[in-house]
Amino acid sequence: MNISESSLSDRHNAASTADIPLSVYDLTVAYHRKPVIWDVSFDIPPGKLIGIIGPNGAGKSTLLKAIMDLIPKASGRVQIFGKPYQKNRQRVGYVPQRESVDWDFPVDALDVVTMGLYKEIGWCLPVRKKHKARAMEALERVGIADYARRQISQLSGGQQQRTFLARALVQNADLYLMDEPFAAVDAATEKAIVQILQEMKEAGKTALVIHHDLQTVPEYFDYVILLNMRVIDHGLTADVFTPENLQKTYGGRLTLLEEATETMRRREQSL
Amino acid sequence: MNLLTEALSQWNWYLDGWIIVAGILCSVATALLGNFLVLRKMSMLGDAITHAILPGLAAAFFISESRSSLPMFVGAVIAGILTALFTEWIRGFGKVDEGASMGVVFTSLFALGLVMIVQAADHVDLDPGCVLYGAIELTPLDTVLINGWEIPRVVVVLSIVLLINLLFVVCFLKELKLSSFDPALATTTGFNATLIHYALMTLVAITAVASFETVGNILVVAMFVVPPAAAYMLTDRLGRMIVLSVILAIIAAVTGHISAITVPHWFGYGSTSTAGMMAVTAGLLFVLAALFGPRHGILIVFIRRQFLAWKILAEDIIALMYRIEERDPDRKPDARYLREILFSRALPTGLLLRFLTNQGQITGTNGYYRLTETGRDQARQLVRSHRLWEHYLVEHAGMSAETIHRQAERLEHFTDRQLREKLNEDTIETDQDPHGSPIPPEEQTP
Repeated sequence: MNISESSLSDRHNAASTADIPLSVYDLTVAYHRKPVIWDVSFDIPPGKLIGIIGPNGAGKSTLLKAIMDLIPKASGRVQIFGKPYQKNRQRVGYVPQRESVDWDFPVDALDVVTMGLYKEIGWCLPVRKKHKARAMEALERVGIADYARRQISQLSGGQQQRTFLARALVQNADLYLMDEPFAAVDAATEKAIVQILQEMKEAGKTALVIHHDLQTVPEYFDYVILLNMRVIDHGLTADVFTPENLQKTYGGRLTLLEEATETMRRREQSL
Repeated sequence: MNLLTEALSQWNWYLDGWIIVAGILCSVATALLGNFLVLRKMSMLGDAITHAILPGLAAAFFISESRSSLPMFVGAVIAGILTALFTEWIRGFGKVDEGASMGVVFTSLFALGLVMIVQAADHVDLDPGCVLYGAIELTPLDTVLINGWEIPRVVVVLSIVLLINLLFVVCFLKELKLSSFDPALATTTGFNATLIHYALMTLVAITAVASFETVGNILVVAMFVVPPAAAYMLTDRLGRMIVLSVILAIIAAVTGHISAITVPHWFGYGSTSTAGMMAVTAGLLFVLAALFGPRHGILIVFIRRQFLAWKILAEDIIALMYRIEERDPDRKPDARYLREILFSRALPTGLLLRFLTNQGQITGTNGYYRLTETGRDQARQLVRSHRLWEHYLVEHAGMSAETIHRQAERLEHFTDRQLREKLNEDTIETDQDPHGSPIPPEEQTP
């Protein structure tokens, strides 16, 4: 499938743009004039779980940050449900990469989840009981309500990841951008997160998830975007998640087996 | 004690009272903002801004030819914000890391300011020393009349700044917390993190200007950073951290002034700089917090580690005794023999043997020890954990039989019954560890 043609044909179908959770067109981002992602274009379908896969340094995190205007774009356009990001940002929820979080910050799990409601509470107004109750509900939903009052560095990797997932849930967004939610979590947490993602999907939400474990891609995601500076391919998992495409994406540097071993090693370290 | 009363006999409620009030106002105003400098890991930027306002102050002296407050404020605040901007800019363009870029900006601006101040001192009544170290002792001498009350000008200025800072922190606590913890979420949910950053930096600059007459341009950094850093060691809740930092700031101000007029007398000197003593006291408070903090305190961590080491040694002793019994039921080891095998020192081994005896896990006769029934149960479970782990590591984690002992040795001390049962399920087909020793049962069957 030719990518640019398909996104162009989607674009001409103007009536449906408001239904497209995310449309990226010709996006280029550069750090110090060195491009990190080039001419990235894709549309994603609503109500699906979408995986972004690609080797380290492929620009996956950069793509998410550029979508949310956290870093400047060299060129290109991003639309969220047919509007620029700034106009529709309340419909976007974000789960950050664990390395970017200051785990020693003096907040507990409940505080972190409540942060997802700050937008709704508004400037200067205090957090009320009903907000805390909603944050608590979200913690219950991800199964860690018992740890609500723990300072975040005292949670396990899985609990930390669930905390941020709960925060995304209270934001009640329609499109979720998640930067490696499965990094450093145990198998039980991974299952729980997948379960929640499935529930979100059934509720009509769309999630764009950076993922590393190639083995679980067909199981978790309906749709994949293969990224290595450029979009190698994107589409239904069954169509595009092929050895040839993986070879192109990972440039032959990693075999599936090596990738699986790598994942195993990382998961063991996290236990 | 005599010396203290002697020094305090010169205490003057009017003079010393106002000095302490000024000290408290200054240290609280700075500590409030300092919390967020510390949490954002931007203490250095606070440092940079406080240094870099010096040329702003100096320029204001030149232009207005007076020490009147308003031009000074404006000049210094502009310089402070420029520092924050320059730092970002140099980092963005120069590929220099943040620490280095701040080092470049603030030392250059500080040097420029110093040159200008020394020049200005020829024209305006201005003492470079006062600018750098403050002149809190002179606070009560320069007063303004408000509603018939004679109030030191510095106190009025600092009260206003403190009020602004307090309002800022209380009103924007949620926003400060969010943008400090997760600037990305702040920005994506419409709380512009950059805006909050510059608002904070502007207030830091204003507070630094207001403080330079009390604690001076250099020591104000200590007041920004040290009480919040100490509070950070003491708690892991933001609200408590802010309250604690304020309390510590007040203690530093009060103790600082009192010790400035008393401590030097003990050594036969006259009183010393209050601002200096405030910073020293704050530093001491930080050392205390770092040593005795309830969670991260060095002492607590040390004690906790020591207890764990003793617990492990005690468990090693009874596990070893179990293994000895296994081979030769009649053999009773003495302390020396146990020590040699466990590579432990005489004192802790002796103490722990006495402890285990008191606990009823072992009995000793003439220096030779034997496990009691309770001790044997406990020891069996440890040895069971150890051998189950060895088996698990070889069978399920694919490790070689030579390397597993050490790891099993560590794991056995952290394995409870529940975990043992799970291990047992995974290793059901065997009752021997990889070295051929039997895995003892959970409960002894008679």
